[in-house]
Amino acid sequence: MTESGTGSRVRLLIGKVGLDGHDRGAKIIARALRDAGFEVVYTGLHQTPEMVVTTAIQEDVDAIGLSVLSGAHNTLLPRVVNLLRDRGAPDIAVFGGGIIPAEDVSPLREAGVSALFTPGTSTQEVVDWVRTHVRPRRA
Amino acid sequence: MSRKGSDGPSRSRKEWELNTLGPSLAKAPERQGPFSTVSSLPIERLYSAEDLPAGGEADLGLPGEFPYTRGIHPTMYRTRLWTMRQFSGFGSAADTNKRFHYLLSHGQTGLSVAFDLPTLMGRDSDDLLAEGEVGREGVAIDTLADMETLFSGIPLGGVSTSMTINSPASILFAMYLAVAEKQGVPLERLEGTIQNDILKEYIAQKEWIYPPRPSLRIITDIMAFCARSVPKWNTISISGYHIREAGSTAVQELAFTLADGIGYVQAGIEAGLDVDVFAPRLSFFFNSHNDFFEEIAKMRAARRIWARVMRDRFHAKNPASWKLRFHTQTAGCSLTAQQPYNNVVRVTIQALAAVLGGTQSLHTNSLDETLALPTEDAVRIALRTQQVIAEESGVANTVDPLGGSYFVEALTNKVEADAMAIIGKIDAMGGIVAAIEQGFPMKEIADASYLYQQQTDRGEKCIVGVNRYRADADPPVEILKIPLEVEIEQKRRLADVRAGRSAAAIDRDLDAIAKAAKDGSNLMPHILQAVRDYATVGEICGAMKAVFGEYREVAVF
Repeated sequence: MTESGTGSRVRLLIGKVGLDGHDRGAKIIARALRDAGFEVVYTGLHQTPEMVVTTAIQEDVDAIGLSVLSGAHNTLLPRVVNLLRDRGAPDIAVFGGGIIPAEDVSPLREAGVSALFTPGTSTQEVVDWVRTHVRPRRA
Repeated sequence: MSRKGSDGPSRSRKEWELNTLGPSLAKAPERQGPFSTVSSLPIERLYSAEDLPAGGEADLGLPGEFPYTRGIHPTMYRTRLWTMRQFSGFGSAADTNKRFHYLLSHGQTGLSVAFDLPTLMGRDSDDLLAEGEVGREGVAIDTLADMETLFSGIPLGGVSTSMTINSPASILFAMYLAVAEKQGVPLERLEGTIQNDILKEYIAQKEWIYPPRPSLRIITDIMAFCARSVPKWNTISISGYHIREAGSTAVQELAFTLADGIGYVQAGIEAGLDVDVFAPRLSFFFNSHNDFFEEIAKMRAARRIWARVMRDRFHAKNPASWKLRFHTQTAGCSLTAQQPYNNVVRVTIQALAAVLGGTQSLHTNSLDETLALPTEDAVRIALRTQQVIAEESGVANTVDPLGGSYFVEALTNKVEADAMAIIGKIDAMGGIVAAIEQGFPMKEIADASYLYQQQTDRGEKCIVGVNRYRADADPPVEILKIPLEVEIEQKRRLADVRAGRSAAAIDRDLDAIAKAAKDGSNLMPHILQAVRDYATVGEICGAMKAVFGEYREVAVF
């Protein structure tokens, strides 16, 4: 179910944070979520955490999905979570995907990343997770 | 409907279908289809002589002769095996130098450098955007000092080096030349390659800085410079690997790569260069993915198409201009994080395909590369994979062992025809730069990758260990970790280099680069001078960015 009782659809920002340009996965996730009925804002590449948070607030999204395959996830993902909190939008969920070694998953979850989707994940898993865990923030 | 008159063999396919195939299918139907390649190219039950056009021998040719379907050399691996060239780089230049020595000591025959993301994007290790990224995807190189460390103990006159670097290729190439100078190796002796293939960056790898036209100008400057001063150097590695990794089909990989090649040849000619001078130094780089025969067909078709493009479209007279020389890397995107030891099997099949496809140079991925950059143990197995193929399997004993196979020749013809259709489409759009500006290759790739994802999500395409044959738990695999100290140390080293050099020389050098960028004179001598004075990657790229501007992508998904 992609709508709340008031009829507003869940809005998502999907993008790539950092210098990593491998966007095959991010594009597939963006398209799968759009095809599943969510509203998707796709930022494209080379977003800084600051740019992601600014766009997320401007676009009034309910959750942010970020792809990182460069190994910089431990720096970049928590920074996004912290910036959202500092800018008064701690209720925007952050989920991530990419090359995230198993041992980094728990620390990232503790740092406030809601979910991490690693290689081998199907698009259905991501869609189901968003459906279950993300609600529209707007009243 | 008549039975054959005797118990002898069928005299035609129709007879075979009627008398042998039909009854067999009635008893034991085939597995559920479709029987298609990983790229969804349909594959027939059987191929025989009637699947090949009459007079096809001219298309096939002999090895070392136009159109080179069977190989660019008459003796191929009987004279010299492909170069075993493992793409390597992580952490600091000292870390990577150690890996280079390890691989050379284990029998690798060429070097290949992987740079970190800040370096690939033309940024220094202390750039704001470099935070968290230094040394993670490759080696951090900021100045000539790092490059000297990178090749410490490695005489550059005795080994060929490939450097995977695109937008800042001119700078890293200049650094390599400066190291050679310091070693006393004449530039004319240097052998190697810079990837320097900006067109595929816009299409797939996305490591751009400047817009297309100034980027092509830098490339033609490098072509002209090398023709004069570094004649054995491959100025571009025109790449399909990344296009395939981004999700294209095999045919798209081939078509977009060769279309890029056509674009570079046109750019060289428009820059006033003699095609027979620069074309022999263009090289190529293909992916080797899972579907064994599709990859072999792709590589054979590549040679044939390129030979015709160079001789008949561009009227090159030098046979060296017609010969497509290529490096291959096994498909990173085919590897799984689940049951990672299965990746050794995948890489073996993919490497074998590349050898049977006639590659000049080969990188085999390591089993742990879905998880991290390779450990020593993992990369040794990858290198041994090549050595087992070379020394134990027997496939290098004869030239083009699969030549004449009905299936392989039919598939080669099919891949060629399909790729030519796409190249024709791109020509009709006005060439590859126009096609890129219209977003055409990117959209094709996004669609192909989405289709494949749907196929795997639905279980129509099997990925062993992921959507079938799963295991509850995987054996732990020790992975390579890049500690944060790498970034801290690299920034300190960079600060030391900045402190120890002549600021006046740097200012002069960067001004000279900006001037050449504006007035069109060759950039390379000025970049070479700047790196000798220990200007940084970021400083030199910044000087050019100020003149050329920055590329902005319109993201499509």
